[in-house]
Amino acid sequence: MSAATETLSGSQVRPPSFQDLRRPLTVAVAGNPNTGKTSLFNTLTGLRQKVANYPGVTVESKLGQWSLAPDCLVRVIDLPGLYSLEATSLDEQIARDVLLGRTAKIARPDVVIVTVDATNLTRNLYLATQLIETELPMVVALTMFDLAERSKLRIDVTKLSEALGVSVVPVVAKRRGGIDDLGRAVLSAAAAGTRQKPDWCFAIPNPNGSRLVSNTSRESWQELLTARYRWIEKVVAEATDSDATRQASISERIDAFVTHKFLGPVILVLVMLLIFQTIFSWANLPMNLIDHVFSALGAGLRTHFPPGILTDLLVDGVIAGVGGVLVFLPQILLLFLFITLLEDSGYMARAAFLMDRLMRAFGLHGKAFVPLLSSFACAVPGIMATRTIENPKDRLATIMIAPFMSCSARLPVYTLMIAAFFSGQKVLGFISLGALMILGMYLLGIGVAIIVAWMLKHTILNAPSPPFMMELPPYRLPNFANVAHTLLARVGVFLKQAGTVIMAISILMWVLVTFPRASATEAGNDHATRVENSYAGQAGRLIEPVIAPLGFDWKIGIALISSFAARETVISTLSIVYRVGDDSGAESTSLVAAMRKAKRADGSTVWTPLVALSLMVFFVLACQCMSTVAIVRRETNSWRWPLFMISYMLVLAYVASLITYQGGRLLGPG
Amino acid sequence: MTLDTTPMGTAVRIVSIEGSDVLTLRLMEMGMVPGAPARVVKSAPLGDPIQICLGDYHLALRRNEARTITVALCD
Repeated sequence: MSAATETLSGSQVRPPSFQDLRRPLTVAVAGNPNTGKTSLFNTLTGLRQKVANYPGVTVESKLGQWSLAPDCLVRVIDLPGLYSLEATSLDEQIARDVLLGRTAKIARPDVVIVTVDATNLTRNLYLATQLIETELPMVVALTMFDLAERSKLRIDVTKLSEALGVSVVPVVAKRRGGIDDLGRAVLSAAAAGTRQKPDWCFAIPNPNGSRLVSNTSRESWQELLTARYRWIEKVVAEATDSDATRQASISERIDAFVTHKFLGPVILVLVMLLIFQTIFSWANLPMNLIDHVFSALGAGLRTHFPPGILTDLLVDGVIAGVGGVLVFLPQILLLFLFITLLEDSGYMARAAFLMDRLMRAFGLHGKAFVPLLSSFACAVPGIMATRTIENPKDRLATIMIAPFMSCSARLPVYTLMIAAFFSGQKVLGFISLGALMILGMYLLGIGVAIIVAWMLKHTILNAPSPPFMMELPPYRLPNFANVAHTLLARVGVFLKQAGTVIMAISILMWVLVTFPRASATEAGNDHATRVENSYAGQAGRLIEPVIAPLGFDWKIGIALISSFAARETVISTLSIVYRVGDDSGAESTSLVAAMRKAKRADGSTVWTPLVALSLMVFFVLACQCMSTVAIVRRETNSWRWPLFMISYMLVLAYVASLITYQGGRLLGPG
Repeated sequence: MTLDTTPMGTAVRIVSIEGSDVLTLRLMEMGMVPGAPARVVKSAPLGDPIQICLGDYHLALRRNEARTITVALCD
């Protein structure tokens, strides 16, 4: 850093045009996918970054701040990966539009850092040379430089820089190598401003700005494209010296197992099993810990605060509601940890490779596998990940079925139902019934998703199967900092949700359950009667005739209504309805115990295993998530698709739940 | 010879692509230009897609698309 500081403080070096800007410099990091773009972004910005939040933002890109030098804070944008300015997917279009200054809300970057993978120079330089031709101030960051050196590939950086006409800086992001040099290069590029057009130019003429292939004859663009590659090959040949032990050979040796005819699918199943096993067993310890903390907090408040409506609100509303949801943070973290590890290591692409043929049978694309797998964590990032699917109809079909993947918000519901009504039971003596049921819920979601995808692809989203073209990146050890950043961002989103939406709903539900307060003189003024007469109770009563065939009473109805904002609120609502926060005895504090004891008016128990199963089925299939609806609205840019999604999923959920409950009653005694 | 019928492990060079404009453009942008060295590495367990080593990296491609790519054996 000291060298950079010296250079900057020297008055004759300080770029005058940069001073004149009088606004923070904006730097965009662009490059092919899997070239260490995000690692570089994380190294530059550290923790001073934010993921633009879900609803209401048109461009999803990570923004961060890079303190390039003292008094010099730079805005950095991490763009989605792209292979060419001729964007084919939505992700690529977003990146291109920002780079070319076509995005209304984001100013064109002052400097572009384009990451070029040193182990795959030729293909990476294709995009880099396209960008150099745009005359934007630019710096090439040569990533994976250590890997190139290790595979005995020597790159003459000066020669490369001279040929390209822009600065080329080797960086090793995780060791912060080259970052100071990169900073200096960025500042001088900003100072120099718009560059001259290079003396080579292979841009395909595109006067209308539309898709170029329709404007130019096939021969002429093929000729230009080939000429660009020839030129790049010549530059690379002159600037490199290789003992030609290809780094890919290690990946090929790993692939010999991972995508093996028989071993490959076995490994895929084992990986998924490991993920689910971890989430259901290892997460228990921290979950219990959080649970105890909130119980103790509620009990502590009761003893130290005078009894009254405010204490009730705090304990029954806020703590019972928010605590009930925060308990699931460990599970959500673990799920995201696995998905990030799989993505960063390069395994996800292999999974898509293995699954493509199978997915195609249902009319889907191999690339849909990653978004769908991510949807098991949360449908929101899953739906965003569909941007890599080029064909719009395939993308829509994937978006429409993504919410069927049992997300982490459904887990609490399954876990609660199983803990209450199926715990400790074994099948064949050693398999836990609960684990089997959860597996069953996941499979139900997948099965319905497959049928719906097939139907959509053969009706409203009918289209010829699009080309499948996907890079299989070399296996790499996941970068710890990257994984940590992703997890931190996820925790942030989850905590924000728990602190805002869920807390608001908890308070709202508490109010609706508590008011209007019956006068104290009235007979039978116990909790149950009060809930029944409350606003929520009236609403529950209103929908009871509709949900009674599913086995649900009006109290479950209250929970159902609140769950349409977010599934996990069903637990906080049940806690409030059954008044679990009330600390009147060790046993009655547990929601599970309260549910087991709950009685209908005729004295029969409300909750039977069949009711629990019916509720679980409903939660597998219904679209109860405001965030998902918001993201679908944004990603499809219409209200038509999200409304279609809510309605068809609700109908499916109702019918499936009805079949479960009524069918179960026919088969056995409830 | 087209890429979908190329025996596994054989070193070939790309000759031409006869697919649709959009497909051809993207394949060429990814480095499948005439003369580029390529090799079919393997096929997925269900026979499709296939994995191709193209220059310095690996690419997965369905047989339908591989059929549009004409290749020649390296000397």
